Amino acid sequence: MLRYVLKRLASLVLSLAVASLIIFTLIEVAPGDPASFMLGINAQPETLAALRAELGLDVPKVQRYLNWVGGMLTGDFGTSYTYRTPVSEMVADRIAVSLPLALYALALSILIAFPAGIFAASRRGQAGDLGVMGATQLGVALPNFWFAMMLVLVFAIHLRWFPAGGFAGWDKGLIAGLTSLTLPAIALALPQAAILTRVMRSALLDVLGEDYMRTARAKGLSARQTLWRHGLRNAMIPVLTIIGLQFSFLFAGTIIIEQVFYLPGLGRLIFQSISARDLIVVESVVMLVVFAVILINFFVDLAYAAVDPRLRSRA
Amino acid sequence: MSLLEIDRLSLQIGNAPILKEVSLTVDPGEILAITGESGSGKSMTALAIMQLLPRGARSTGTIRLSATDLTALPEPELCALRGNEMGMIFQEPMTALNPVHTIGRQVAETIRLHDPTADAEAQARDILTRVGLRPDRFPLSRYPHELSGGQRQRVVIAMAIARHPKLLIADEPTTALDVTTQAQILALLKGLVQDFGMGLILITHDLAVVADIADRIAVMRHGEVVETGPTWHLLRTMQHPYTRMLFEASTHQVNLPAPPPPTPLLQVRNLHRSYRLPRTRLFSPPGQFDAVKGVSFTIMRGERLGLVGESGCGKSTLTRAILGLETPQKGQILLDDTPVGQDPGARRRMQVVFQDPFGSFNPRHRVARLITEPFHLLSAPPTGAARAQAIAEALTAVGLQPDDATRYIHEFSGGQRQRIAIARALIIKPELILFDEAVSALDVSVRAQILDLIADLCRTYGLTYLFVSHDLSVVRSVTDRVMVMQAGEIIEEGLTETVFTNPQHPYTTKLLEAAPKLPDLRMQHSGDGSI
Repeated sequence: MLRYVLKRLASLVLSLAVASLIIFTLIEVAPGDPASFMLGINAQPETLAALRAELGLDVPKVQRYLNWVGGMLTGDFGTSYTYRTPVSEMVADRIAVSLPLALYALALSILIAFPAGIFAASRRGQAGDLGVMGATQLGVALPNFWFAMMLVLVFAIHLRWFPAGGFAGWDKGLIAGLTSLTLPAIALALPQAAILTRVMRSALLDVLGEDYMRTARAKGLSARQTLWRHGLRNAMIPVLTIIGLQFSFLFAGTIIIEQVFYLPGLGRLIFQSISARDLIVVESVVMLVVFAVILINFFVDLAYAAVDPRLRSRA
Repeated sequence: MSLLEIDRLSLQIGNAPILKEVSLTVDPGEILAITGESGSGKSMTALAIMQLLPRGARSTGTIRLSATDLTALPEPELCALRGNEMGMIFQEPMTALNPVHTIGRQVAETIRLHDPTADAEAQARDILTRVGLRPDRFPLSRYPHELSGGQRQRVVIAMAIARHPKLLIADEPTTALDVTTQAQILALLKGLVQDFGMGLILITHDLAVVADIADRIAVMRHGEVVETGPTWHLLRTMQHPYTRMLFEASTHQVNLPAPPPPTPLLQVRNLHRSYRLPRTRLFSPPGQFDAVKGVSFTIMRGERLGLVGESGCGKSTLTRAILGLETPQKGQILLDDTPVGQDPGARRRMQVVFQDPFGSFNPRHRVARLITEPFHLLSAPPTGAARAQAIAEALTAVGLQPDDATRYIHEFSGGQRQRIAIARALIIKPELILFDEAVSALDVSVRAQILDLIADLCRTYGLTYLFVSHDLSVVRSVTDRVMVMQAGEIIEEGLTETVFTNPQHPYTTKLLEAAPKLPDLRMQHSGDGSI
């Protein structure tokens, strides 16, 4: 097991190093000089040079890469070209919204998908299964911003249970923070839950056909006991894979939902900094997202090994 | 009164009749063998007793276990009986155990389920010891993937007998195992029946397996019991023609033509192939598994050579190396003095027929395309009329119709598919064919037909082949010479009849002894004049 963890850790570090190189190179070759963008087309060459020096754009590329990576390792993400504030502060503010939102949505997605998938699989071909499958079809087909608008219409405007948008901030307390994230989390979770339900159902159906499920029935376990004791854990590998992918999406791919609910999240920050050629922010946020995704994959790998003993010994 | 009484059990799935008026009885301490070919309803009978039938199955008739009619019991009461009063063992030990739970947990589960107050772990340890897995060598914390097929089957047996059920059903319990392991598992089952006084239903397609240990045999065909009786009586009289056909097919001998004068075709010289094993510790050097260790032999033109050995002995690696699918670390494989592997022409001169007639064809292609696949090895493959001619010729040679070329593979039975596989191998007139367990997945009657076909092809085409199989009786009937392989080495080779009648190596002797044999009834028949 230790070998497995070490191997996954090594792969994590290597992935991060490669990712940082790729991100840096891509952003360097992207057209558009932040200094000339900030000063406009009529800027004097001397002013431009001075700004470039101030932003640290005049040193050789290798040096800039090392400075950037070294800075990130010590928590210094540099200073935003546009806002002149430390990137780390900007990012921290946004993560305080995006990370809880992603986790909240993911938890909802799992809470909906597990029971729904198990329910559908255990009633294969019956009315309950068809009903769940029909609902997931809709959930996959309808875009999340449509859910968002419907949720606002019903729960914010009509029933007034939740705010229609904006983020109260964590300093107002946990309840207030969670309340303002609830509608966006539901809107994000519904399509994800639909996907996860389908994966859960098909993984379980695969497992239900396995020989060891029949063995378990021959031991005297009821159909339900067989499903819970022998089916679920074996069905987890594909489900964990999808959960990992969903977290990555929920963490950084939520710009539309952030826009609908006026949430100051990471997605909006990326969008704004790309528009403003604020490369240092783009670089840092992208790197951070990559880090989060790789870290999640690392945890998913560990979860695989926890679920399946064959993976532990193969490593 | 019998332990189990099945009375006029009929079963339908959808509109398809599966069982027709099956009546059987089993007494305590008795071994009843149910035999028959695939689709005869053996396994469905077993599942009907366990009341684990597939959804949509409807049955009539009664199944009484200790006078309780199982067909009338509600599901919770059946759950209380399964694993407690009746246990079941399945064919495939590799998949019958849950891969994510330890063997101790799985055996203890049966015990705990039916007796929550029992010291399940201690009992699991006892029962595993009883089936030959001593806890000092096989701790309860082992996972199934850490055990061999035979050991896994012992765990499955332990689970089934943990509560000392009155009735044990074993569905092809040894079909997936090697002969020596098969002999051990059969001996174990027989011992358990004696110890516990259980009734055992042994389901198998292999008459030879049951001839030895069953008290009574029931022969099934198309969902009906065609004949039943005490083993010796049944084998001696064989009232039903189907029973006789099964028996004859199992002992089928083919008539091979005499081989031509020996000139070497394929020479294997000092072949080595090893695989790297994963490191056991972080900085220790990786281990090495020697699959093939210095194997040398020659196949003569027109010769039929057999290769036998148990799983893991290296016969598959050797076959793959000859086909050029594995690169050996050392040694040479020469086809007419040309090294195989470097010369693409050599591949054209060799073809292979695999074991699985279901998995070895692309289901989306028609037969014509499937059997002409080897044409890509030719520099100028035939086209148009010549291609159609070649297809028709190959299909006719294996006993199919030229019209079959336009059909899809799912329209054919297992035996027909294996004929198509042979047609695919024959179509470019190779000089050497490798049969890799080519008849192992077939029913005995179909197997006899395919073996006859191979003998016919020897007469017409003067085939040279290497016949790889774990089935000794088949190898004995279709080869001139045989090699016995153990742990990567050829430990004995010689003329087939000589090796089978007078084995020199102790391992060969062990293999031959372990192989189940049908009694030779011909002498008895003429002796008592019953036939």
